[in-house]
Amino acid sequence: MNFNITDIPLNSYLALSAILFSIGVIGVLTRRNAIVVFMCIELMLNSVNLTLVAFSAFHGNITGQILVFFVMAVAAAEAAVGLAIIIALFRNKMTMNIDEINIMKW
Amino acid sequence: MNITELFAIAPIISITIVSLIVLLVEALVKRSEGLSYWISVVGLVVTAYFAIATLPLIGTAFNRMVTVGGFGSMFATLFSIAALLTIILSKDYLQKEHANFTEFYLLILFSTLGMMLMASAADLIVIFLGLELMSICLYVLAGFLRKKVLANEASLKYFLLGAFATGFLLYGIALLYGASGTTNISFIVQNSSTLSASPFFWIGLGLLLIGFAFKVGAVPFHMWVPDVYQGSPTTVSGFMATGAKAAAFAAFVLIFLHPQSENSEQVKTVLAVISAASMIVGNIIAISQSNIKRMLAYSSIAHAGYMLAGLAAGNQLGKTGILFYLVTYTFMNIGAFGILSLLEREEDKNLTFDDYAGLGFKRPFLAALMAIFMFSLAGIPPFAGFFGKYYVFVAAINANLTWLAILGVLMSVVSVYYYLRLTVLMYFKEGDMQIEGIISKTSLAVLTIAALIIIQLGVYPSSILNIINNLN
Repeated sequence: MNFNITDIPLNSYLALSAILFSIGVIGVLTRRNAIVVFMCIELMLNSVNLTLVAFSAFHGNITGQILVFFVMAVAAAEAAVGLAIIIALFRNKMTMNIDEINIMKW
Repeated sequence: MNITELFAIAPIISITIVSLIVLLVEALVKRSEGLSYWISVVGLVVTAYFAIATLPLIGTAFNRMVTVGGFGSMFATLFSIAALLTIILSKDYLQKEHANFTEFYLLILFSTLGMMLMASAADLIVIFLGLELMSICLYVLAGFLRKKVLANEASLKYFLLGAFATGFLLYGIALLYGASGTTNISFIVQNSSTLSASPFFWIGLGLLLIGFAFKVGAVPFHMWVPDVYQGSPTTVSGFMATGAKAAAFAAFVLIFLHPQSENSEQVKTVLAVISAASMIVGNIIAISQSNIKRMLAYSSIAHAGYMLAGLAAGNQLGKTGILFYLVTYTFMNIGAFGILSLLEREEDKNLTFDDYAGLGFKRPFLAALMAIFMFSLAGIPPFAGFFGKYYVFVAAINANLTWLAILGVLMSVVSVYYYLRLTVLMYFKEGDMQIEGIISKTSLAVLTIAALIIIQLGVYPSSILNIINNLN
């Protein structure tokens, strides 16, 4: 079976990644658990990866795919730091709900 | 790659090596704080020297990934000095908070490396990597005092909102790549007139703008600034307000004030509106603050607004003005946060306006330094803050944005109220601030030098303007 990434039109890839990105944004804005919010951010980053890979295939150059590798590495670093921060907070406050993390306002 | 390219990016190489040495020292030596402190200080001085030495270079290196010399070296010098001041001021502060660990110096060094990459980027990928290197280190630094709930909260807020903004920035880069087929900044800027037919180009540019506006803390993407600056270790807040902001402005300038670019009216209007909103919101909310760290956070939003006025102007004078403003702002803000860090006591004591009442009688020298920083932040001559504002506002008037310049001057007048309130409290009110314990001579010397530089730049602004104008 011969399948080529360009068999599916570019706009389909872009639409899918735009939808995924929007789901991520809505998740960040509406969910209250810090870890779920963080997962939504990861979804945003990965939808961008999809855009990059699609553009890379359609432009016929490799820059986009290289950037995807960097994004994955950065996302891993970010996950390590982010989970550490969430654990540090949980030790002190025993909560993950970002509505309860509100000592500082105005 | 050849040897000349390695020399051309000497400041970046130098700070990378210093960071790696500190990393090794941390792993191999027990109780390594003292040693790594000195390695960091010496390393940053060497880096600053290399940055100054590479100033006259022109061109790009590593397959058009980074620019060498000029603009990037100018910023590399600024970042090294900001990191140097922060590290020296942090030592006492960390000992006071019982958190003097090697990791602190390491993270400051790595984030400085990220900032330098951002300022010398010639490619969107490098901007993204530099930004992330800087931000991830700053997320950790914000929560460095991990037993304080306030620090945890600041760190989590900064992390979640920072990563959220990174998503937008990255989507912007992806769409610009889609529109142009490359991530090279000068190619995109040179062909912007043909590329602008594509909707991807405009959406991408808009998303990029959102990402950067978040990093500089401009309205309406400023929500994180006050909480993060208040909760972070005080010296780190100073570093974030100056180094991180300067790095984001450097990237802003690289894309929106590129020598070959001609900003369209729409971009100009958007930048002007963000600038105006930042000035208004920052200054007006700063009035009602009782915590000085929080007041400085809102004032930093306002200062981002002033600098964005230079960016909106989009002319050469605006670029000069932003660079000059960033240099002066670095010294006065690190100075102000430095004094706060010296007087702060455990459990966030001595951070409100009322605590500073009568400081002028108890610690006349420290109060005098604070007054200099406050006058300079307010933009009162002969201090350097005045000329920074002067140049960005003149640039705005030259670009037919007179309304923005008038608004900026009016908002500066508003800002005088809260800056001078602190000075008035220090000299005209009796207070009972508890400041037992000694204040180290090194920290005082560093703050004095910062104050002297502010006066020097205010009296002879041409000393740094000549350097800026000769940049390529």
